[in-house]
Parts: sequence; C-alpha cells; structure tokens
Amino acid sequence: MFPRIPMLSYDVVVIGGGPAGMAAAIRAKELGLKVLLLDENDYLGGILPQCIHPGFGLHYYKEELTGPEFASRLAKRLVELGVEYKTATRVLEIKNYSDLEKVVIFTSPSGAYQAWAKAVIYAAGARERHAFEIGIVGDRVSGIYTAGEAQTLMDIYGIMPGKEIVIVGSGDVGLIMARRFALEGAKVKAVVELMPYPGGLARNVMILRDFNIPLYLSHKVVEVRGKGRVERVKVVRVDENLNEIPGSEFWIEADTLIISAGLVPSVKKLKAIGVEIDPATGGPVVNDRLETSVPGIFVAGNSLLINDLVDYVAEQGELAAEGAKEFIENGGIESRKWVKVEKGENVRLLVPHYLSGDRDVYLYLRVSKPMEDVELRIPEIGKRMKLPVVKPAEMLRIKLRAEEIRKAKKLTVEVVKA
Amino acid sequence: MKTKVAIIGAGISGASIARVLSRYENLEVHLIEKAPDVGWGVSKANTALIHGGYDDDPEKYPTRAKLCIRGNRLWHQWVKELEIPHVWNGALIVATKDEDFDELERLLERGRKNGVPEMRIVDRDELFHLEPNLTREAIGALWVPIVGQIGPIPAVIAITENAVANGVKTHLETEVTGIKVENGEVKGVETNNGFIEADIVINAAGLYADKIARMAGIDYFEIHPRKGEYWIFDDDVPGPKRVLFPTPTPISKGIVVTTEISGHLMIGPNAQDLPPEEKENLATTKEGLEQVWEGAKKLWPQLPPRSKVIRTFAGLRPEPTGGDFIIKAEEEVWGFINVAGIRSPGLTSAPAIAYEVAEIIERDLGIELKEKEKWNPYRKEISHFFMMTPEQVNEAVKKNPAYGKIVCRCNSVSEGDILEAIERMKFIGVKTPSVDSVKFRTKATTGTCQGSFCRPKIVQLLAKEYGVEPWEVTLKGKGSEIGIGDVKVLLRGDA
Ligand SMILES: Cc1cc2nc3c(=O)[nH]c(=O)nc-3n(C[C@H](O)[C@H](O)[C@H](O)COP(=O)(O)OP(=O)(O)OC[C@H]3O[C@@H](n4cnc5c(N)ncnc54)[C@H](O)[C@@H]3O)c2cc1C
Ligand SMILES: Cc1cc2nc3c(=O)[nH]c(=O)nc-3n(C[C@H](O)[C@H](O)[C@H](O)COP(=O)(O)OP(=O)(O)OC[C@H]3O[C@@H](n4cnc5c(N)ncnc54)[C@H](O)[C@@H]3O)c2cc1C
Repeated sequence: MFPRIPMLSYDVVVIGGGPAGMAAAIRAKELGLKVLLLDENDYLGGILPQCIHPGFGLHYYKEELTGPEFASRLAKRLVELGVEYKTATRVLEIKNYSDLEKVVIFTSPSGAYQAWAKAVIYAAGARERHAFEIGIVGDRVSGIYTAGEAQTLMDIYGIMPGKEIVIVGSGDVGLIMARRFALEGAKVKAVVELMPYPGGLARNVMILRDFNIPLYLSHKVVEVRGKGRVERVKVVRVDENLNEIPGSEFWIEADTLIISAGLVPSVKKLKAIGVEIDPATGGPVVNDRLETSVPGIFVAGNSLLINDLVDYVAEQGELAAEGAKEFIENGGIESRKWVKVEKGENVRLLVPHYLSGDRDVYLYLRVSKPMEDVELRIPEIGKRMKLPVVKPAEMLRIKLRAEEIRKAKKLTVEVVKA
Repeated sequence: MKTKVAIIGAGISGASIARVLSRYENLEVHLIEKAPDVGWGVSKANTALIHGGYDDDPEKYPTRAKLCIRGNRLWHQWVKELEIPHVWNGALIVATKDEDFDELERLLERGRKNGVPEMRIVDRDELFHLEPNLTREAIGALWVPIVGQIGPIPAVIAITENAVANGVKTHLETEVTGIKVENGEVKGVETNNGFIEADIVINAAGLYADKIARMAGIDYFEIHPRKGEYWIFDDDVPGPKRVLFPTPTPISKGIVVTTEISGHLMIGPNAQDLPPEEKENLATTKEGLEQVWEGAKKLWPQLPPRSKVIRTFAGLRPEPTGGDFIIKAEEEVWGFINVAGIRSPGLTSAPAIAYEVAEIIERDLGIELKEKEKWNPYRKEISHFFMMTPEQVNEAVKKNPAYGKIVCRCNSVSEGDILEAIERMKFIGVKTPSVDSVKFRTKATTGTCQGSFCRPKIVQLLAKEYGVEPWEVTLKGKGSEIGIGDVKVLLRGDA
C-alpha cells in the first residue's frame, strides 16, 4: 500500500550529504541524471564540518584542506550545477519494488514525502562504537563521549566537554582529538590502546610526543566511576591474546572519557531491504560499480567500508554515480561472470567483492596485522607489489587493470613477507 | 478544610498514591522528590514486568501476594487511561529438569490461592510452539498469560502528569531532611527548600524509606540494597515473544530473557546483596554481568555477540527487614504512613498500593474521603514520531514543522517530540534541564548509537527552551553538566 503523501520522481536519489553523497550527486548531475540529495543535518558535508584540522583532499584536490574546506568545495560545485538537495531531511525507509522502481520515504520540516527513483545511492556514513559496546562497566555518568560527539560539541557548538581527558583508542581520530583537547588547554592524561602498536598514521602518533601525552599500548579501559560526572577510569594491561592481566589494574583520575574505538557502517536501512552484508567490512557486498546485491542500490563512502581518507570516499561517490547512470540506461548492470575477489593471508577486508573485467578498478583493502617489507600478491595473475610497511590503520588502494582481471576466474589477494 | 498530604518520593509508589489521592476533594496533595525528575529512584532500573501474582507465598508475604495480583488487574485499566506503553505478552516459567515440575505445580497451586486462575502447565510441544528458539533442554513450562511489560519511567511520568492535572503539587529537587512530629502527630516535613506543612506524611522513599521512618522516630525496619544487573541488545537482535523465566529457586526468581517493550532483547537481573550504606552504588560490574550472561544462556542459547550490546545497567531493590512490603499507618505517630520495602513486585503492585493507602487513610486515620465531582482519569501520551504514519506526520507538521525533523536517528524521534517532552517536563515542575528527562519521555539516545549523534542536538534544544547556556545542560541533574564552559574557557583560565 502506498502512503498518501506527496510524490516526487527522480532518476537517482542520493541518501546522505557527506563527501560520498555530494560527490555522487555532482557526478550524477554531470552525467545528465535527475538527482535528489537528502541529508538529515541542517548543513551539507556530513562529518567534515566538525573536522576542523587539516589533512583532507591531498589526492582529490591535490591540496591539503581542512574538513570544512573540503566540504564547502563540494557543496559549491553542487550548488553551481543546480543539484536539487534537501537538508534537515531524513530518509526513513527505502522500498524496492522492482529493479527500476525504488521508493524513498523521507521526512522534513515541510512534511513526509515519497520519492520514486530508478536507482538509489546510499551514502549515509558510519556511526561510532560507544562505551557499552566495548565492554566498559561502572557508573553511567556524564563526561563519556565518543570522539565524534566531543568533536561536534567543540567544533560545531563551541562547548568544552571537560578538562582532564582519557582517550580510548590511538587511531587517527583519537589522536586528532588528543591534539584538539590539548590545544584548548585541557590535560590529556592518557591515550589507551588495546593493541601493542598505535592505530594511527605515524604523523598523528607524533602528536603524543609534541604534547607530552602518555600512550598506554596493550592496555584497556575497563571501568568508569563517578557520581554525576566521570571521576576516575580503571585501566588494565592485556597480554598477547588481549586477555586482561590480573593485578595490573590502575586508576587514572579524569573528568572525561573519550571513546574512539572505531566506526561501524550505518547499513540498517539496507539490511531491511535484504542487501547482503560483508561481516569483514560491516558494509554491503558490492561489484565494481559499487552496486549492492539488490540491483539498483549503490553504496559509497563510510557506509561501504570505513575509509581513512576522504579522497577515496569522494572517488567512491563518483563511481557509484557512474554505476547508477549505466544501470538506468541499460535497465540494469549486465549480469556476467563476475570475478570474485577473495581475502588471502593478512588481508582483513577487501572491496569490491566482484569485478567485471571490463574496466580498471581500485581495490581497497586493510591488513590484519602490521608488517614490514612485504609483498601484496595476487597469485592467480602473478601480480606482485612491494610495500615497505603495512598497518591495519592504513587502507591500501591498488589499481587492477581490466586485462589483468580478465585473466582469472577468481582472484586472491594476500600480503606476505617478501 | 483540606487535609494536607505530603508524599515523600516520586517513584512508582509515590506517584500512584498521588494519583489515587488526587481524586478526593478534601485532600491537598504534595508530591516531594529529591531528584530533578520523577521516577529516577528504584523505579528507573528494573525488569519492567507486570508480574502474574503467582509466586509470592501468601503465608510468608501476605501483602506482596495480595497487592501483586490486584496491581496486575489494575494495570490493565491504568495503561489504557494513561496511555502508558505496554505489552501483555505473557510469561513462561521454563522447566529443564524433571524436578522442576514439582516447583511449577507449587507455583500453580499458589497462583490459584492468590487469585490467578489463568495459568497452566504446557508440554514441550506447546512450549516450542509458543517460543521456538528456546533452549532445546526445555521440557515444559508454566504458562502465565496475564504477565505483561510496561515502560516503568514512562509510567511514573504518565501517572504524575495525570496527578498534576488533577491538582497535585510537585516539589522536585526537594529533599526531605526531617519530619516534624508534635504530641505524637506529624506536622510536616523539613526540606532543603523549606518546611512543607502536612497532616499526613506518606513515606514512599524507596531505598531511603528506613531513613525517612527514623526521622519520625520509627526504627523497626532497615532497608538494604540488592543489586541486579542487565544487558540490552540492539533492536535487530531477535528475542523471545514471551517473558522467559527459569524455574525459580528459593533465593531468586532467576534471570529473565525478554524482548522489552521497545523491541530490544534484554537479559537480567542477578541478585547481589550490598551493605545498607551502598544505596547509591548503581555501578555495573564485570562479575555481575557475566553471571547474567551465563544465566540467560541457559534459557536462550543464541545470545548475540558482545558487539551487539547497546547498554548495560544496574538497579537496586529495596529489601526490607522481614521481606514483605511495609504498608501501614504507624500508631505511635499519627498521620505517618509507611510505604516501605517496596521491592519486587513493587512496580506491579503500585496501583494496588495506592488504593491500599487511600483505605488506610479512611480506615486507620478516620478521614472520610470525598470524591471530586470532576476528576480526570485520562492522560494523553506524548507524540511519538515513530508511531506516526507518513500521513499523520504531514498533519502534525501543519501545526509545527518540528514534527517533521528527526533528531534521534536510531529511534526516529522528532524535534517536535522533544519540544513536547520539554513542555511536559515544565508542566510537572522539572527545573533542571537534563538529557535523561528527554530520553525517558521520547526514547531519544537509547538506540544503536546511544546518543552520540543526537545528544548535542538535544542539548541545544534544552538550552534554548530553559534559557541556559548549552554546557549547563545536564545529563541527569546537577553535577552531570554536559560541559565546563565555552570552548575557550580553559585557555582564558576561568573554568
Ligand atoms: C575525527 C575524524 C577525523 C578525520 N580526519 C580525516 C583526515 O584528516 N583526512 C581525511 O581524508 N579523512 C579524515 N576523516 C575521514 C573522513 O572524514 C570520512 O571518511 C568521510 O567524511 C566519510 O564520508 P561519508 O560521506 O561516507 O560519510 P559522512 O560524512 O558521515 O556523511 C553521511 C551523511 O549522511 C547523513 N545521513 C545518514 N543517514 C541518513 C538518512 N537516513 N537520511 C538522510 N541523511 C542521512 C548523515 O547525517 C551524514 O551527514 C576523519 C574522520 C573523523 C571522524
Ligand atoms: C533489579 C530490579 C528488578 C525489578 N523488577 C521488577 C519487576 O519486573 N516487576 C516489578 O513489579 N517490580 C520490579 N522491581 C521492583 C520495583 O522496581 C520497585 O518495587 C519499585 O520501583 C519501587 O518504587 P518506589 O516508588 O517504592 O521507590 P522509588 O522508585 O525508589 O521511589 C522513591 C523515591 O523517593 C525519593 N527519595 C528518597 N529519599 C528522599 C528524600 N529524603 N526526600 C525526597 N525524596 C526522596 C527517591 O529519589 C525516589 O525517587 C525490581 C527492582 C529492581 C531493583
């Protein structure tokens, strides 16, 4: 049954106005499609407007920009092209009636609408893991924030969360937040990392030395205590198997605990229409057009896999738009003998999952453990690439040429000692 | 002349009493609560079950046995009048060993005595028909169809709103520090906000009922806390259709596996006795949570991975000396009524407790209660975007565009819902803006992301509506502020 609400009609509806969604909408418009972009925030840009540090755009714009700068460049282009978009608008549901008939139901301050579309590009980003998810027990008090929430409080709303800070997680986001807090005059008492090595890029790990911030590797925060507000957090050392070492506990006094323990692609709305999810990425299984297992539903950005560089996110948005164009023009992406890409040794995740062999592609992958002097190999086609260092924190992006892909029925990617 | 009644504690007991007493012309009812909002004591963290009234032994715990089943019957009416979120899904007390059937027979028998005829023992086939994913070890169960679940804090809020609409005065953030007794009669209560005169003082102070009683010179009982811990999982994790109990042991009703009313699988509680001075110890513990996990697994083997946890929490049961509810007018202090030791099944019993108190006032204090000509039994539930059809959203948006704008993405809570919640907070006298007050009214921040997207937005709305700086907005009352000042406060050096 169709709801009796105003009906709109498009070629493509793009869900999410972060860099992935904006890049997708821009490309779709350039390709002559009738496109609508929807985002629930009051502004475009997704999480970029809250990332006021530099480090964005080196590949995409060949310039180092801040998050808001990167976002505003895309937004400017979007407006110049006259892409139709709505902010303060949340997609509630996607319905998949048939390959070329999707309905996107959304709500906005002017009410609920349904938009018919031939294809949907899903670019809703990710969410952060929170304290409960990582097993922290104790009091449920004020002063516990995810890194993104703290960043939003500080850089969108101008609120200083606290003054004595403990950060869980030494990935780039945690390290950047450590610097952000230090720059605002807070005392960052510790960065606590579960793994035996820091999770972030080397240049970000330097932050800790610059600001004299202790880093506890092979440690985890297990408990928070306090009355209204965090007063202290309990830290414990872990062994090689990440098991807690009894007797190694100690307390750190702090009024704020920042959780920076990774992101999870937001895909509930895709799951609801039966899109197949890859447990390794947490995002959908896709082909080299970034089409999901439901024909005509494309995905890009952090909803596809967690990216550390916005440049790749924007690239994925464009690719998804090109896929949508092909899908609409041909009434579907031609079904073919897809070449399946499989994870070999020391490869934790890998996207896309299926390759057509009719085009060059970028493979995005992450390793499971850090290694030095390694080779990335695809034995089926005899491909070898030397890599001085690999780290789980750094996503690898490698190009495969169409003719290479066509050589095999299946490709296995492994990262092994050279 | 009106008889002035001071009720200490706006939990499910105090609020229910206030509602029932608001019906009488000749009473002036004051509801006093130390917390910033209602329902934040024991009533906040529990299993939320409307129990079946079969398990309390009428010989040992006559008051519990009587009030539980009467409360269950009354809730069927109250949830409708007050539009309280609820589900009547029934419970299964599961047997996994042959001996368990003896206990189930005993419960069946006891239930009949307590006035619960609608139960029966089901065999394995029927059991798996009712609950296909139960442990394969199950061999039968006691089926209690009258068991239900409600939102406990939404219930306290609904009841308080209705009581206030019927003339009850609330005093929030008002802590009772003393009770004035003259010539063996209560005269009122001393609080941090001044003296409140009263002819009748009703002690419904939950964990602190012993302390309040002592203020009136009554010290024959003590309350000690018994902790129970819980896990709640994301709403895409499948849970049971009914409330699942193991066969009880003499110590405990056991760890429950249930899908709570918002659709989340919930497991818990265990039971850990704490010393009387630990009435604020609501910390979850690794050991307690593991115990719950192991217990739940026995009934529900397919527990989700730990990464599907969205929250863990703990509650404290107020365990009284003797174990039974203490509900009586104290003879040595005229006008002082204890409603103490309201441990489980206190949520279930609350409406019955309230009528019991009204009876005590008439019977033992000799005050004839005159019904108001006009008393409004109804209260409308707050608007919930997630319950609206798109057509209804478009109706709501005509009144206020905020109803079309989502703030909490996980639970689809609109800005309109939140503004309405804030209005209702003010209506019952909430003075300190807190995210939790909004959360309990709207469900914002209780979803998959646990508020990391929407909390900053809710803070903005609260700050604006209460006219305070955003960092002064609290999570759960004074001392839990969201921030310490504007972002430059430390650099300026005036934090
Ligand atoms: C703290 C931090 C620091 C970073 N630093 C760097 C850096 O230095 N360099 C770099 O290159 N990258 C950096 N990144 C990574 C980069 O910012 C992200 O990879 C990128 O922004 C992801 O873009 P996205 O479009 O996939 O998602 P997002 O930016 O998250 O955008 C998704 C949008 O979709 C909206 N949305 C979701 N669901 C719906 C719905 N149902 N209806 C409507 N709208 C919806 C969301 O509100 C959001 O606006 C950083 C990230 C973080 C968190
Ligand atoms: C783990 C657990 C599981 C449970 N499960 C169930 C269940 O499934 N079903 C069921 O029926 N029951 C259950 N219960 C029991 C039920 O929760 C309680 O019986 C009920 O909530 C008690 O309500 P109350 O109003 O008496 O106490 P409270 O809710 O604690 O209210 C007392 C109020 O008094 C206030 N107060 C205290 N001192 C002062 C003072 N000096 N001045 C002013 N105010 C004061 C407190 O702040 C508090 O708000 C459970 C309890 C626990 C802990």
